[in-house]
Amino acid sequence: MTAQILSAIITVLIGVGGCVIYFWGANRLIDLVFPSRGVSGAAAIDNLRRQGYIRPWLFVGPALIILTVYLIYPAIATFYYSFHDRGGQSFVGLSNYSWALGDREFRQAIFNNLLWLLVVPAACTFLGLVIAVLTDRIWWGTIAKSLIFMPLAISFVGASVIWKFVYEYRGDGQTQIGILNALVQFFGGDPQVWVSTPFWNNFFLMVILIWIQTGFAMVILSSALRGIPEETIEAATIDGASPFQIFWKIMIPQIWGTIAVVWTTITILVLKVFDIILTMTNGQWNTNTLANLMFDWMFRGTDYGRGATIAIVIMLAVVPIMIWNIRQATREGGGH
Amino acid sequence: MARSPGKSFFGRFGVHIAVAAFVIIWTIPTLGILVSSLRAKDQIVASGWWTALTTASHTDAGRLGGAANQVEKDGKFLIMGNLFGAGDSRTLTAFGIKAQAPAEFPAGSVADLGDGVTLQVNNDGSYVMSSPVAFEGDRARRIYYAASIPPDFTAENYKTVLLSEGIGRSFINSLTVTVPATIIPILIAAFAAYALAWMRFPGRALLIATIIGLLVVPLQMSLIPLLKMYNGVGAFFGVPAKTYLGIWLAHTGFGLPFAIYLLRSYIAGLPREIMESARIDGASDFEIFVKIVLPLSFPVLASFAIFQFLWVWNDLLVAMVFLRTDADQMVLTARLNNLLGSRGGNWEILTTSAFVTILVPLAVFFSLQRYFVRGLLAGSVKGG
Repeated sequence: MTAQILSAIITVLIGVGGCVIYFWGANRLIDLVFPSRGVSGAAAIDNLRRQGYIRPWLFVGPALIILTVYLIYPAIATFYYSFHDRGGQSFVGLSNYSWALGDREFRQAIFNNLLWLLVVPAACTFLGLVIAVLTDRIWWGTIAKSLIFMPLAISFVGASVIWKFVYEYRGDGQTQIGILNALVQFFGGDPQVWVSTPFWNNFFLMVILIWIQTGFAMVILSSALRGIPEETIEAATIDGASPFQIFWKIMIPQIWGTIAVVWTTITILVLKVFDIILTMTNGQWNTNTLANLMFDWMFRGTDYGRGATIAIVIMLAVVPIMIWNIRQATREGGGH
Repeated sequence: MARSPGKSFFGRFGVHIAVAAFVIIWTIPTLGILVSSLRAKDQIVASGWWTALTTASHTDAGRLGGAANQVEKDGKFLIMGNLFGAGDSRTLTAFGIKAQAPAEFPAGSVADLGDGVTLQVNNDGSYVMSSPVAFEGDRARRIYYAASIPPDFTAENYKTVLLSEGIGRSFINSLTVTVPATIIPILIAAFAAYALAWMRFPGRALLIATIIGLLVVPLQMSLIPLLKMYNGVGAFFGVPAKTYLGIWLAHTGFGLPFAIYLLRSYIAGLPREIMESARIDGASDFEIFVKIVLPLSFPVLASFAIFQFLWVWNDLLVAMVFLRTDADQMVLTARLNNLLGSRGGNWEILTTSAFVTILVPLAVFFSLQRYFVRGLLAGSVKGG
């Protein structure tokens, strides 16, 4: 254990030291090879120009290598594997895809993912917006926001344990120690096994992600609401607009762009949701999603072809958002 | 914001109530595991955690001593003893001799059992049964009682979890993974971000577009090829495929697009005049970066560090793919997932382990919330 801590510390030092030496050393090297000081004017200008060609690549080089190895190459390789057999050796054409279309588990996962996509981003955005508007009006709003925001720092696994305890069911006649069943009992209902009642259990799992992500939506939307010029709201108030009219006709249109950003960010997160399914049900009782199904095929099924195919399906759903983002950024950015 | 809505007393009151309701719904689940982690094991299953502060009461049955224990005193035969064992913190409130009426007699009173036999049971569980004639037979008498349990808080669960459930070791493992995986990407991303913001070179626009595209590429796209690559590299060099170095680099790779994106948009916003006057003074790009850009970028570096720290600490998927599942390498999230399987019903262990797991992120979150929020706003509002 001490050796492990020591090796971690040494790695940090080597990693940081290595970076510093690389950037400093490479920079020194081009200064030496193409000197710009102490040479004649024309040569100095020539060398400065050459330095200008090379130096940017020294700066982006390490990042570019890591991005290529860890993201760009794997994305291409995953595409390749999706047309290959379980070990990734022989070409099988579209048979992984036709397997997916016919597989009951896969269709269930697609259905559940769609359900998640419909409910979670909408619920988070709506609740986030409502809480943002309400907390802006009261003196203890900051504290309230901070507490609602807190789950964002909690891991999905931790959140799953927290909610498993909320949903805990004990047989008839025993004291219910899960607060949800205790409440149901208090109001005269019968305790339920929430996570293993098909179809509805999906919603109980979604609650966990909504609980985590509402704070995110709230913070972003609250900042957008504060950005609305005071005058427009004042003008509307003088004109006799009701609070609801102000909310729907003045505030919402002005923060429409931000709502879209929040919605898409949560959408991408939903597509990747894995930990919650794994820890709460492991895909049983018709709760599987694509990300968990892929993990299943990667490790338990050890079929890389099918795993890769499921990854591609997740990716396909992300592509429109990706294109929209890039277009948005290049339109705004241009220079920088 | 205008304060026009809710001017009326009821309107304003309603807002307070609504926000309070949201706050309660959002905090109760976490409060539940915190409270439970501090309760004694048998209390967690006996009553809901929300009753932890109140004195719970329950009914139970016990056996009095048999005839063999009787003593003769003043012409009476007595059986004496205590229903509770030593160290029992319960208080007996009532007792009874029939299962249908377990709390028929208040504690301390003398119950008439017929034939001159009397029974007195006191608060502390001690009892005296007396009879004018000698007790016979060795069947001990069964009686019923109601007892109240005082709140019982303990740090015992934490001791168990840290020392014998492997959470302590996993805590160290999580730190081992998280700290280097947070620090390594920062410098690499900062240099790249500066080049993308302030240096002109062919392919720059394409690179920026690529990084924005990579921001949303799901992790799942990388896992299988990287797993194969790691196995290949491990076999080729005869080293283990699953190492800490491997996961540090993986987290660096997965964190880089966001790091470069976040840092670039901040560095690009630094005032142009500072850069230009430094350049006129003869400073090279390297000098400008180290002496001007890095110090000015501290807030955004802090934002990214918090993000990466939380993301790596809370990650389960990457750890399950790139690390072994033995004690040497199992991180907290993976351990917690394991405990959910092996200790499904032991809520004292699960709640305590979960709380240990979320302790560090919560501490980071509450102490550095300002940077966290700033990073969140910069990272999502502009680019989306």
